[in-house]
Amino acid sequence: MYDWNWSMVIFGYVPLWLNGVLTTLAYAVGTVIGGLIIGVLCGLGLLAKRWYVTAPIHAYVELFRCTPVLVQIVWFFFALPIVIGVEIPAWLAAGIGLTLYMGCFATEIFRGGIISIDKGQWQAARAVGMTYPQMMWHVILPQAIRRMIPPFVNQSVIQFKNTALLYVVAVPDLMYTGYLVVSETYRPLEVYTGVAVAYFVLLYPLTQWAKRLEAKSDV
Amino acid sequence: MSENGRPILELRDIWKKYGDFEAVRGVSFDVHKGQVLAIIGPSGCGKSTLLRCINALEEPSSGTVRLGDDVINYDNPGSLPKGRELALFRSRFGMVFQQFDLFQNKTVLENVMLGQVVVQRTPKDEAVTVARRFLARVGLSDFEDRMPKALSGGQQQRVAIARALALDPEVLLFDEVTSALDPELVGEVLVVMQDLAQEGATMILVTHEMAFAQDVADHVVFMDAGKVGVEGPPAEILVDPENERLKTFLARFHGETGKAGGLGST
Repeated sequence: MYDWNWSMVIFGYVPLWLNGVLTTLAYAVGTVIGGLIIGVLCGLGLLAKRWYVTAPIHAYVELFRCTPVLVQIVWFFFALPIVIGVEIPAWLAAGIGLTLYMGCFATEIFRGGIISIDKGQWQAARAVGMTYPQMMWHVILPQAIRRMIPPFVNQSVIQFKNTALLYVVAVPDLMYTGYLVVSETYRPLEVYTGVAVAYFVLLYPLTQWAKRLEAKSDV
Repeated sequence: MSENGRPILELRDIWKKYGDFEAVRGVSFDVHKGQVLAIIGPSGCGKSTLLRCINALEEPSSGTVRLGDDVINYDNPGSLPKGRELALFRSRFGMVFQQFDLFQNKTVLENVMLGQVVVQRTPKDEAVTVARRFLARVGLSDFEDRMPKALSGGQQQRVAIARALALDPEVLLFDEVTSALDPELVGEVLVVMQDLAQEGATMILVTHEMAFAQDVADHVVFMDAGKVGVEGPPAEILVDPENERLKTFLARFHGETGKAGGLGST
């Protein structure tokens, strides 16, 4: 019978765990917001229908969709500083890959939401005499954003879990903290079980919220 | 209706090509203030495309459109005005679509206000007053807080007409506005349009309602394969046509037109 010892792995490392949870949350929130901004800008760019705008955006989206996010994180951490010849802080280098990964999916979600709006809405707005920005602001975006929210929340959940990959570049997130605690306590069962539970507790409410949003937008 | 003086709208040699396909092939006509022009013709004859060329929802490949004192000459590439100038040109037409196309994120009242507030920059309270006046006119005062989806097709189309009227347009464009309606709802929309015509609105209708065209239109244009086949007063075009293509076309509407025809008498 395995002799569980939770108090040793938890109470011996409270500040470390706290730091791990906050780091994970910070990366999750930061990269989701960064990705959202990229998604809005690139999504609008894709609607411009000018090849010199859309071609680079398509290249970016496909490049990041078709390479593993783990490879991206490692590449930005180790390779980017060499390429640009500038030392960038480790936390930033690690976050860039994740942010760009989120950005490419957010771009698709944003564009998809916009083009899903019936073309009658566009022609009616034009016929009334709205300019492109007026049409977007008053008619198209309010309808499109409602449709974007469920897929965007879903992608954010995936993004949240992907932050665990930061552990490979020694960012002290929840996962890496677990690795550190194991190396001192030799208690992988308690530690990694605890880490899994912590991710679950953080994410379960978010997925439930996403479900409810999806049910709502079906109406 | 004043046939004298300068027409309010003038189309000259309008062409619209999609690649090799010529949807509109050199159409010209004039519309005078207060005139009601009906455009009829078989599906795919280019009549809806032509209508959309008038207010630049589609950019014609060539030709000129004059509205009042403003001329757009499409013969020169890049002649389509841009941004706000184009938007304001469009706002001088009121357009009503087959599928109503009310703004789905706005209430009925907001639909009728939005153009005034956003395009004409009318103060909100003034826009509300105008919107309520036009909703009353189409008989929908009690529905101002509803969302478009909560209305019947006929009601939605009447809101769409109010939305078009609220901008005080110089010319109204109706694109098969009763084609998507259940038959029992067609009448309520046609009544509104007939009132408008009697009050002197300048209207261009693309329509399959031959009886209505005969009753209301001053001038009928029969379009065939992108061109004007024949045109003239409704009595001449719809009742006893000589053109064979027109005869064949009208045979499908047998019983709707003729001496016993017309809205209210059928």
